[in-house]
Amino acid sequence: MSEGISQADRPQPPAEAVAEPRDLFSKFDPVIQTRETLLAGGVEDPFNLVMEKVLSPTRAICNGRDTILLGTYNYMGMTFDPDVIQAGKDALDNFGSGTTGSRVLNGTYQGHKECEAALREFYAMDHAMVFSTGYQANLGIISTIAGKGDYIVLDIDSHASIWDGCALGNAEVVPFKHNDIEAMDKRLGRIPEGAGKLVVLEGVYSMLGDVAPLKEMVAVAKKHGAMVLVDEAHSMGFIGEHGRGVAEEQGVIDDVDFIIGTFSKSVGTVGGFCVSNHPKFEIMRLVCRPYVFTASLPPSVVATAATSIRKLMHGGEKRAHLWENSQRLHGGLRELGFTLGTEEPQSAIVAVIMPDLERGAAMWEALLKEGLYVNLARPPATPAGMTLLRCSLCAEHSAAEVETILGMFERAGKAVGIV
Amino acid sequence: MDRAEVDSRIRVLIEPFNKKGVEVGSDTTFAGDLEFDSLTVMDFVAAIEDDFDIIISMNQQAEIENYGQLVDAVQQLTQG
Repeated sequence: MSEGISQADRPQPPAEAVAEPRDLFSKFDPVIQTRETLLAGGVEDPFNLVMEKVLSPTRAICNGRDTILLGTYNYMGMTFDPDVIQAGKDALDNFGSGTTGSRVLNGTYQGHKECEAALREFYAMDHAMVFSTGYQANLGIISTIAGKGDYIVLDIDSHASIWDGCALGNAEVVPFKHNDIEAMDKRLGRIPEGAGKLVVLEGVYSMLGDVAPLKEMVAVAKKHGAMVLVDEAHSMGFIGEHGRGVAEEQGVIDDVDFIIGTFSKSVGTVGGFCVSNHPKFEIMRLVCRPYVFTASLPPSVVATAATSIRKLMHGGEKRAHLWENSQRLHGGLRELGFTLGTEEPQSAIVAVIMPDLERGAAMWEALLKEGLYVNLARPPATPAGMTLLRCSLCAEHSAAEVETILGMFERAGKAVGIV
Repeated sequence: MDRAEVDSRIRVLIEPFNKKGVEVGSDTTFAGDLEFDSLTVMDFVAAIEDDFDIIISMNQQAEIENYGQLVDAVQQLTQG
């Protein structure tokens, strides 16, 4: 599941209009009403925050306040790395501001090739394909490889880009209960003989920050002769010996057919990618419509991405510090009495479960006034109708900053009456 | 399996999800009459899939709005 906007990742049936006269926008009336009710409570609009100035990967001026950022997915803090910034400036000077073209026409520059080479090296895989966003990577790969008569078996808590990839293609879509190995096994076993099978999983699920049992799930998928795609958006650079993700950490990366990732988290810019060892993978460049019919990334973006990816190969110390931060925040919040999404810290995401939307929104605002930004995630974007304050840590948060954050949570939690 | 048998098995399966005790007929809709949200739909579909050992893909679910259509679809799938 995703960055928890006010809509579900899985496409929902259209709601009934509440007001007359009707027009094409009437179907949005229930969303408009929910939003107005929330704002009428006097809460600052959680989905309209403006960062007037960004001071570092962990600090910004938000709505006029000096704010610690704890909801950016900027896990490795690469956005202000001097080498990364210099690479972007050089590319702007030498290659211009944009490519104005598709990768298969005039939009493949030297920088795009270098970025794909960096990815191949990072993952030790044969092929890498860069998309203009992570969303498009899932959209393109899933909709293209699973066609009519094929089956996609996927976790019910999958990110919107995965659901939309299913919707864009023509395969049969079969969801199973979150992280439920047996439910997945049973569904794979019922697929008609001879049909193509694709299993879609995520390494870290972004709502609760929990990790998938990939070791068991990949084995089950292979037992049924299915191909496996794993979205490692929230684990790249941080989890696994080389930062290749949960599949590496659990020792099954060689059995994963496709890894999808993004540049907008640990890499610190924007873009998406797929890496694979499939011998025919390169044909995707010609048949994948979201790849063909989009302008390629600007030269400065691929230059910053390539530089950042290469630095992440040697990010062992930063990874260790990010892990310390995640454990301290998780443990500290538990000691304060907050309810968290996972019993133990499993990733750099710590999800704080709120009793309801009203107190969740009040807590979010109280934290913002303390000078802390976290993500407010609410139904229907969240599993089981939960309201969450999602915190994502950064390797650039100092140990002292994490203590400051815990103090802010304590004061805000007491003021709102949650702890 | 004949339609009556499919119908009676689904009636047993739907009971724990029919929290308001709505009387279920052919025209009873899942979203409207039974007020199933997406999580309830997932659990209910899983219960039917496991009981009949079939797959009801999301593509097929999109075509099923009421109880009668569900019984028809399941009967067809069990013959397949």
